[in-house]
Parts: sequence; C-alpha cells; structure tokens
Amino acid sequence: MVSVTDTEPTSAVAEPRIRKKTMGMPTHHMAIFAMLLAAGIVAPFMLYPVFVMKVLCFALFACAFNLLLGFGGLLSFGHAAYFGSASYISAHAAKVWGLSPELSILAGTATAALLGLAFGSLAIRRQGIYFAMVTLAFAQMVYFFALQAPFTGGEDGIQGVPRGNLFGIISLQSHFAVYWMVLAIFFIGILIIYRIIHSPFGQVLKAIRENEPRAISLGYRVNRYKLTVFVLSATLAGLAGATKAFVFQLASLTDVHWSMSGEVVLMTLLGGMGTVFGPIVGAAVIVTMQNYLATWGAWVTIVQGIIFVLGVLLFREGIVGVLSKLIRKPL
Amino acid sequence: MKLKTILLGSIAAAVFAAPAYAVDIKIGVMNDRSGIYADIAGEGSVVAARMAVEDFDAESKGINVEIVSADHQNKPDVGSTIARQWYDQENVDVIVDVPTSSVALAVNDITRESDKVFLNSGAASSDLTGSACSPNTIHWTYDTWQLANGTGRAVVENGGDSWFFVTADYAFGHALERDTSAVVEGAGGTIVGTVRTPFPGTDFSSFLLQAQSSGAKVIGLANAGGDTINSIKQASEFGITQGGQSLAGLLVFINDIHALGLDVAQGLLLTESFYWDLNDQTREWSARFEEENGKKPSMVQAGVYASILHYLKAVEAVGDKGAQDVVAKMKELPTDDPLFGQGEIRADGRKIHDSYLFRVKSPDESEGPWDYYETVSTTPAAQAFRPLEDGGCSLVQ
Amino acid sequence: MFELLGIPPQALFGQLLLGLINGSFYAMLSLGLAIIFGLLNIINFTHGAQYMLGAFVAWMLLNYLGIGYWWALLLVPIIVGATGIIIERLLISRLYHLDHLYGLLLTFGLALIMQGLLRNEYGISGLPYGIPAELAGGQNLGFMFLPNYRGWVVIASLAVCLGTWFVIEKTRLGAYLRAATENPTLVGAFGINVPLMITLTYGFGVALAGFAGVLAAPIYSVNPNMGADLIIVVFAVVVIGGMGSILGSVLTGFGLGLVEGLTRVFYPEGSAVVIFVIMAIVLMIKPAGLFGRTA
Repeated sequence: MVSVTDTEPTSAVAEPRIRKKTMGMPTHHMAIFAMLLAAGIVAPFMLYPVFVMKVLCFALFACAFNLLLGFGGLLSFGHAAYFGSASYISAHAAKVWGLSPELSILAGTATAALLGLAFGSLAIRRQGIYFAMVTLAFAQMVYFFALQAPFTGGEDGIQGVPRGNLFGIISLQSHFAVYWMVLAIFFIGILIIYRIIHSPFGQVLKAIRENEPRAISLGYRVNRYKLTVFVLSATLAGLAGATKAFVFQLASLTDVHWSMSGEVVLMTLLGGMGTVFGPIVGAAVIVTMQNYLATWGAWVTIVQGIIFVLGVLLFREGIVGVLSKLIRKPL
Repeated sequence: MKLKTILLGSIAAAVFAAPAYAVDIKIGVMNDRSGIYADIAGEGSVVAARMAVEDFDAESKGINVEIVSADHQNKPDVGSTIARQWYDQENVDVIVDVPTSSVALAVNDITRESDKVFLNSGAASSDLTGSACSPNTIHWTYDTWQLANGTGRAVVENGGDSWFFVTADYAFGHALERDTSAVVEGAGGTIVGTVRTPFPGTDFSSFLLQAQSSGAKVIGLANAGGDTINSIKQASEFGITQGGQSLAGLLVFINDIHALGLDVAQGLLLTESFYWDLNDQTREWSARFEEENGKKPSMVQAGVYASILHYLKAVEAVGDKGAQDVVAKMKELPTDDPLFGQGEIRADGRKIHDSYLFRVKSPDESEGPWDYYETVSTTPAAQAFRPLEDGGCSLVQ
Repeated sequence: MFELLGIPPQALFGQLLLGLINGSFYAMLSLGLAIIFGLLNIINFTHGAQYMLGAFVAWMLLNYLGIGYWWALLLVPIIVGATGIIIERLLISRLYHLDHLYGLLLTFGLALIMQGLLRNEYGISGLPYGIPAELAGGQNLGFMFLPNYRGWVVIASLAVCLGTWFVIEKTRLGAYLRAATENPTLVGAFGINVPLMITLTYGFGVALAGFAGVLAAPIYSVNPNMGADLIIVVFAVVVIGGMGSILGSVLTGFGLGLVEGLTRVFYPEGSAVVIFVIMAIVLMIKPAGLFGRTA
C-alpha cells in the first residue's frame, strides 16, 4: 500500500484511490526501472561515457520539467534559469571554494531551490500563457545576471572545473567514476519524481491540472500545491544542472539561455508529457541527434523543427504516450 | 584470407610507397558551421585543410591523413563533448581551427589532458598563449593583443589620438577594449569614453550617437560578427564617418566587408594577418581556394592551411605523431609557407608573422569583388605580437 | 544650458527619437501578433522568422529579379502573407480545438525550419541591402542627424498601425472580425465565412511582419537570425500591452521603444533586459497587461 505522507493535511476529502501493487509500483513500471538500470550499467561499456552522462543529465532535467508541465499543468518557459544557475554555482563552488563534488552539487541544487521559491511564489499567481511569460521574464533576468556577474566569466563560462574526490576519498578522474556518480544521481532524481507523482500530493496536482476551480471548491489550497511542485521541479532541474557542470567540467551561458528552456519543452513533448518515462526518451533522442548530426550544421535545427511540427500534428502524446496507448497501460 | 590481404597490402605499401615509416593522422576540423563564424571558418576551413594535405603530398611521404569535421555551434559544452569524443573514441590526433574563444579555451584544456595537439586558427583570445598556454597548443593566425596593437598603435600614430569605444558587453569585448586602451594610452592617445552594448545587438544607433557627441576622433568597435556589421552599417547611415570621425574595427574579417559592401564599409581601418591579394603566392593559392569554395579565403582559413602544413612537416621530421614531440618540433623548425611567409613559433605556442593595417577601399578604388583592402602599414613579426615575457605563460621561464 | 541627469537635453531628445524608431518595429510586429492571437488564439512564434523572411524576399527580389525597394514594399507583404495563408490552411488550422501550447510549439518548429533552410542557403554573415536612393542622406535637426530613412520608418509604421486600427475598430469588416473573436459560431450563423476570415487574418498578420522585414532590410543586416532574438522581445511587448489588444500592442510597442532608448543612455548594459523587468512588474500588478481585459 502507498504510505500517506502528504505535505499538507487537507480537508476531510477522501484521497483518490489508486490500485497499487508491489510497494506502490505497478509491475510493468518495476520492469522498466530494472531495464533502465541495466541499460545504465551496460551503456558506458557500449557507448561513449560522456555522451551517456549528457543524456542522463538532460533526461533528469526533462523529467523535472515534466513534473511541472505534465503533472502540474504549468508551462514554464524559463526552466533554463534553474538548470543554468545551479550549474554555475556548483562549478564555482568546486573551482573557487574548493568544495568536494557532493557539496558543490548540493550548493547548486540549493540555489536552484531558492530561486524556484522566489520566482515560483510570484509566477504561480498567473495562469496559462501569462505564467509562461512571467517565468520567461525571470529567466531572462537570470541570463542577464550570468552575463554581467564577474564570477560567471561572461561567455567563456567557468571552465576547467576540477572533478575532485567524491566524499573526499573517491577520485573522479576517470570518466567511469563520474559516470557511476551521475547514474546514481539520475536514479535518485527519477525515483523522487516517481514518488512525488504517485503520492497523494501528486494526485491532488493532477486534480488541479484537470480542473482547478473544482479542486479549490474541494478545499485544496491550490496555490500551495502549485508552489510546492514548482519548487520541486526547479530543485530537480538544478540537480541536473549542477551534475552537468561536473560532467563537462564547465558551466556556460548556453545553460541559462532561453533556447535551453525551449529545448527542454521539445524533449518533454517529444517523449510524451505527463508520462513518467517519456522525458527520458525525449532527452535521449534529442541529445543523440545533436551529437551525431553535429557535422550537418544547420540541418540539426531543421530536423528539430520538423520534429516539432510533426510531433504537434501527429503524435501529441509523444513517443512514450503512443506506446502507452498501444499497451493500454500508463507509462 | 584476411591476414593474407593485410600482408599483401603491407608488402605492396612497402614496395610502392617505399618510405621507412607510415603514420596515420586524423585531423579534426572543429568550427562554427552554422552560426556567425560559419563564413570565416566553416566548410572553407575543411577545404583549406584538404588543400594542405594535398600540397604537402602526405601520402607519398608515408603519412596517411584523414580529415573529419564538426560544428561546435559556438557553445563550449558542445565543443568540449566533440573534442573528448574525438580524442577518446575516434583517435583524432589533432584538432584545428576552433573559432570562438570560449570553445577554444575548453578544447585547449581537453587537448592538454588527453595529450593531443591543438592548432588554433580561429579564436582571438590571447590567453591561449598566456595564462592558459599549453605544451600541446599552437595559436596560429591572430589574437586580441595583436589586433589591439596593430590597429591601436597605427591609428594613434596617424593622428587618431582620442578614442571612444563601443564595446560588446561580454568577456571578449572587454578584453579587446582593455588591450586597445592600453595601447592607445601607451602611444600617447586618450580614451574619452566607452559604452557597453548588450550582446548580441541589432540597433547600435543610440550608442553610435553617444560616440558621436563625445567628439572623439576615432570610434573603436570592440565587438565581432553581426554586432560589427550592424554598427558599421549604422555608422554610415548616421553620417558618422562623413562627419570626420573614423571607425576602427578591432575584429573584422574580409567576409564581413563582403557582407557590408564597400559603399558602407569604405574608410574602415582594421588589422588582419592575411589578405589574399598580398603577393603572387597568396594570389595563386587563393585562386585555387576560390575554385573549390566559391569565395576568397579569410585569414582564419589561411591559418588552417598553414598550420596543418607545418604540422605535417614536423610529423615527417619526427617520424611519429607523439603530441609533445611534434609540437616541440613545430617550435624548433622555422615556418615557411606561401600564405604567411617565413616565421617562427615561440615557446608559448604563439606563431608570429607580420601584421597588416588595412583601410577598406571606396567603391571607385575597387576593381571588383574581393578587391577590398589597401595596406596602410605593416607591423613586422617581431613587434606584432605580445612580447614573450608579458604573457604570463608557464612554459616561458 | 541645463542638463538633465547629466545628459544635455538635445542628446536626450535624439535618443528618444531613436527609441521611437525601434518602437516602430516593435509596434508593427506586436500588432501582427496581437491580431493573430485575438482571432486565432494562436501564439505565433513564427512571427520573427516571417519578419526575417520579409527581409530575405526583398533581397531576393532585388538580386534575382531586379525589383527594387518600393515594389518590394508592396510585393513582399503579399508574398509573405501568401506563405502565411498556406501555413495556416495546411498546419495551424488543425490546432484550433487544442491548447495554446500546441500552437506555440508548432510555430516554434516552423521558425526553426525557416531559419535553418535560409542559413544553409545564405550563411549567416548577412546580406547587404542598400537604402533606396530617394531616402538616402538625412536631415540635420540641430540636436542630431536624422537619416531620412529612419524618419520614413516611423512614418510608414505609424501609417500602417493607424490604418490597421481604423479597419478593425471603425469598419464593417473590423466589426465582423471583432465579433468572430467573441463568438465564432454566432458570426458563422449570420452567414459569414469565419474560417476564410481566420485564414485571411493570419495572412494579414504575417504580411505585417513581412512589411516590417522590408523596412528593416536596409538598416539591419539581412540574416537568418534577425528575427530569432527579436521575437522574444516582441512577445514581451504583446504581453505587456495585453494579449489581443490592438491599440495596446501599438502603444506599448512605441512606449517600450522609448523606455529602451532611455535605458541605452543611462544603463546601456541593461537595455536588453529592461523590457523583461517591465513585463514581470506589469504582470504582477495588472495580470492582463496594460490594455487587456481580464478573461
């Protein structure tokens, strides 16, 4: 049975009843997680580890974004702000303050959480397109800050971030060592998101997404739920960004630019928004494309554009959404 | 069967090609193929690389060269991913070109870590041979110090002794402004003002008007690419050059002039290390290049050609491709190529050669497409680049 | 002579005039966006690319067919508008029953395709397009040198904006349009071909972008990315003015041009971000924008 650990005791409304098996996770989800883990363990031996790590970071980023869009129903057009600022802070912490990797990543993630709290508490007062524009406005300000602040190194970014020793003892010099750390962070992140989605809190979120006035009339404090999911999403996006700083050993303006905010929408939409595993697939496809089509120059943009158009016209549910329909089970 | 083929193959190679050694070299041309530097580097740099390999006649010297290319989109993270993958997975031995300083600095780090070779032609940052210098890196074509010095000093000496800077508000713009200010003040000029413009920008009229009302004799454009093009265009529109002030472009390439047209760009002062119409050798090479690429070469593409040529000479001399050995040999051998003439590579990795101050011709003076520059002065190689001891490079002690 | 905040008033006046010129582009582009949003409920992200297309078509007309600026000013909006109509019929019309989000994503994708294709073909350095001979030179206004062409941009833009406003607010056609915005089914019941009107409206909004593109070609460099960064700013303008408000978008366009112009004098580094700061503040205080009605 699912344990009821709501963040906020609500009025005497019955929690929606969900059928749950095996520790609150349906078997086919268990199977997918097991497959993901197996793939994650095998991947660095088959593929280039840095590339796989990039996929993992963006997959986590997209999942964090999907938590907000797919389950909270809130389209943020400024998620690069959290991803990028966390990346900057963790790079700075490791390089200048000399913190160990785990503390640097925590510092970056905490920054994103605070930023999410500050921006989120203002943004959630608006709905729909206005919400998107407010988040965009805040993200542009973060971009401006990143461009101006002395510690971010302008367009050079923070380069040559030392990978250091995890917990002070495990050397992260080899790609493999970093890889296991990134894989662990990825799984922790995904499991947290999974847990949030399937908690009573997550159910209330879905209720708000579907019919906000109704949720209000049922006595839910809608804004608190929205703010909580916003902060959670920003924090997890920050976790992804902070980790990315260690993978590439750099933090740069690319991570805070608005096109990054657009890219994460693309990944989520392509994979299937509102599905658990969709964003992972979406991120994998987009990153792979950018990587292997790099020699094609502008064609990458064209292909991305075509995917957008076809995705909107033909596969609005995204890749995983379509699969989920085929097997008639939520993924 | 397979063994036989290989055996036969190598015997054949030994008999027909006959050199005592055989080296496989993989060259990775990494640059901007879709963004603002796609015309000054891009596919043209790949063409230049191929021409270098052909002109060196690598095959008959027992050096098998393969060239790969990729687009770093001017993003340091994309560039560093490609660089790592090339070195770790695809056995690339040398990365060439890499415009955009932020990407070049990232590739510089990775190259040193992986102990490979980095021949930079496209990037401007003088840090590559200064605080970030590396025993694996050669910086070939130009740098911010050279541009600042070339344009700044010559312009002050020609009477342009009060300056106003229109600076793109990012690290590269700041570096250009800082270096040029130092040169201008050192040569007895004054800086009357500066304005920082958001990057990238489209409308510069407001900033140019501020420059105009400052009364400075020279307006220094510490920006690049589209920013430079737009500011030059708008300066002409607002009658700033006609009003007696002159424009000095601190990083302008011939392709920018081509895009602007002489009507607008005439009178602009700029520094470059190469121009296709310098002498018979450059003209001959550039004609061949134009045949393949449809445009005259930029100095970046010329640098790609010359640096690969010199690299292959060093590989031939060493007889192997060990990165540190080859780079050491490149520094030891004097350089000699049709495009930059004779020169040398210093201990900090800086290739030095003459630097030219050009003035853009008026439409009447020009005899046709690509006939754009008139040489104002030449700074000899020894004075064109930052003195060895001033860079703070750890290799120079 | 007294000085205002350290700037002589003449110089300030010059800067304000420049702000007004930039504002003309914001106004024309945001007007098109607002019309499209008002009737189609589509957030047209392609708008920036269509503005860019306008400049490119003007360049092509000149270089391939020898058709000059003045004809381009007439032909380009028609051509770009026609491509808009095709896009609306083939793609956008399939999305009307869906959330805003999908329209935004579809048009975003279209913008990427257009930019990519032109980038492949023409590179990125930008193509030259001269100022028409009739408008070369400039006027010395005493406080500044105003190029004739810039003056023309303000006049042309004001004329187009006022004309559009007049058609929508004061004519029968405009009345149908406004009615269809409120209740398409009812208007359809009166025998008016609403889908056709929607298509033509999209075409018109896009034509405005094309027109702005031609106006921009001689002063900004004609390059595939010229609309990409502008579109984000123009979005902000539309949101500040109030989505769907015709007058709001025009006034805000000119107004923000002025504000941006002032920022360029007092805090030049911040001029790229000032519009977003204003947007955030406006949305916090007036959720539907300055001129919008609360839904």
